[in-house]
Amino acid sequence: MTQDENAVIEVPAAAKRSVVAYLAVAATVVLLMMLFGLWMRLAQGELATLAPDRFYQILTIHGAGMVGAIALASVAVQWFFLNKYLDLSARVFVANLGLFLIGVVAILASVFLGGFAGGWTFLYPLPAHSMGIWGRGAAALFMGGLLVIGTGFLLLYLDIGRALLARYGSLWRSLGVPQLLGSTQSAPPAAVIAGTMVLIVNTLGIVAGAAILVMSLVNLYDPAFRIDPLLAKNMIYFFGHVFINATIYMAITAVYEILPVYTGRPWKSSRVFIAGWVASTVMVIIVYPHHLLMDFAMPEWAEVVGQVISYTSGLPVLVVTSYGALTIVHRSGIRWDLASGLLFLSAFGWAAGVIPAIIDATIVVNQQMHNTLWVPGHFHFYLLIGVVSMVFGFMSYLARGGRAPSPTRGGMLDGVAFWGFVLGSLGFVAMFLYSGSHSVPRRYAVHLAQWEPYDRIASLFAAVVVLAVAVFLLRFFRNLRNAVRAEA
Amino acid sequence: MYQALALKLTIVFVGLVMAAFIYVAARAGRRREYAEVQTRAYRIRGYWFWLLVLLGTPVMLYTMTRLPYSLAAQQAGQAQTVRVTGHQWYWSLSQDSVAAGRPVVFEVTSADVNHGMGIYDENMRLVAQTQAMPDYINRLAYTFKQPGDYRLLCLEYCGVAHHNMSAVLHVTAAGVH
Repeated sequence: MTQDENAVIEVPAAAKRSVVAYLAVAATVVLLMMLFGLWMRLAQGELATLAPDRFYQILTIHGAGMVGAIALASVAVQWFFLNKYLDLSARVFVANLGLFLIGVVAILASVFLGGFAGGWTFLYPLPAHSMGIWGRGAAALFMGGLLVIGTGFLLLYLDIGRALLARYGSLWRSLGVPQLLGSTQSAPPAAVIAGTMVLIVNTLGIVAGAAILVMSLVNLYDPAFRIDPLLAKNMIYFFGHVFINATIYMAITAVYEILPVYTGRPWKSSRVFIAGWVASTVMVIIVYPHHLLMDFAMPEWAEVVGQVISYTSGLPVLVVTSYGALTIVHRSGIRWDLASGLLFLSAFGWAAGVIPAIIDATIVVNQQMHNTLWVPGHFHFYLLIGVVSMVFGFMSYLARGGRAPSPTRGGMLDGVAFWGFVLGSLGFVAMFLYSGSHSVPRRYAVHLAQWEPYDRIASLFAAVVVLAVAVFLLRFFRNLRNAVRAEA
Repeated sequence: MYQALALKLTIVFVGLVMAAFIYVAARAGRRREYAEVQTRAYRIRGYWFWLLVLLGTPVMLYTMTRLPYSLAAQQAGQAQTVRVTGHQWYWSLSQDSVAAGRPVVFEVTSADVNHGMGIYDENMRLVAQTQAMPDYINRLAYTFKQPGDYRLLCLEYCGVAHHNMSAVLHVTAAGVH
């Protein structure tokens, strides 16, 4: 196959505008949340002032904001490419953005006006036990905001489910299971298989999250309505685990769809590929007990499942998707630019990030690493170097009109920003992991003096990441403006 | 201590993944037929899969022979017992002194929200932990090898003074307690 330098993804203009709106909102929120993250690391290193109550408010906003914004950006990536294969409702897509913004306003009000600092995981019964720091209304506003955001996503998934069923007849078929079992018919595209997986797991995750949010809201106003704390923890971590992991499975669609354009090589849905996705569908659902390994009251078999499935969960990433990215790029004649560079980097970020995650999911290790900075170390690895790279790689590609490779090189600024992001991100997550290996607890507003040097070095790397992402965002807006002018 | 091992393993394996990506990126510019690349890559993928399985399975199985969950029940007869209750924002302990060299069973619960009881040695190294949950008692067994003043820190976010939640556990030399 020859490389098509002018390959254009055919997506309706109105749908493209909606996707741009999603990405503009999400990427701006990501940058703001990064600034909050930098502020927290600076404060831990005694390089900035941040009172503890304010620190935990910022921590709460950082967690909720990042999870929400990354989910918003990732679903935009997935929806964009699913439009190539499915008849999706643009109205539902826009409605999700509207509900997201309503939820964001509620969350911002709950934190900055109501003083809510219960953490983005709203771990029952903390929202109702603030020790007078925040009121019941603030907690309700936060959880209500999450509920509204979750409702928007659920509506969107239902629409994707409707479209999948209309085209393929069953999720079984759109997941490619018949081909896995030997059917010789051509398998669904990678984006459709990934979309089906996300639809299945995230619908379950969001429903569980919505249920525990409603239960917590009832408890807030009627304390006699008590929830089993272990049940609540299971529901929250099931929801949280599935929802944040789904961002990777949505955003990876950019790798599947764009690297083939850059390399002139197809990303086919082989049987190995389908097997990886079918296995991931099951594993993402049942692996969540690895968040509860230090809850000794959990059934021991569930903890064992948490460790075993954490190990096997690494296989589809390491053997299928990231290995596939290496294969498609190897000796391909690819021309590197910001989009292709970030997408290739994202495959590394995901693959490498699972390594400290698997190590932490080993029960005996977890007993000395759980809730230390090792944990944000591994999830920032695959969310920052993985998902954020996928999103900005896609944005860079989209802003140029979906053409590849770039007819004109992005210049030195793109290169500096890219390498700044690479080195800054690696240094930033390395400091989290190093601090975790030195037992520094996560979610501490105040650090011991002996931990502060780690925080200061981490702050330096974080500042580099923030600058690089600011450049990515500015380039996105500038290229969009140029694209609009060119069309006019 | 698993922390140092975890860090070393992470550096080695992340380094290997990074090396693979750098190798491919460095050679990506010169184009070769995809069929040729695929044939070789799929053969290597088979080896890669089995290498991961053969490396990961023994580690996974071996580490599960050391699960902490039933240790407390096994050591109940000979152990010293410390009941620990988490509160916003302090720990209450049934006793603040134990002897080294003999198992200690911590019966950990909470009076309000979720906490996490992390035991730190004098070098501020986390040696063991379990969650402190309302309505549940988590039983953690641990044998202190060295005497000294250990600190109990909270390892589950529990509100705005979470970082201040600390208590001292005195571990005396074996036979002194």
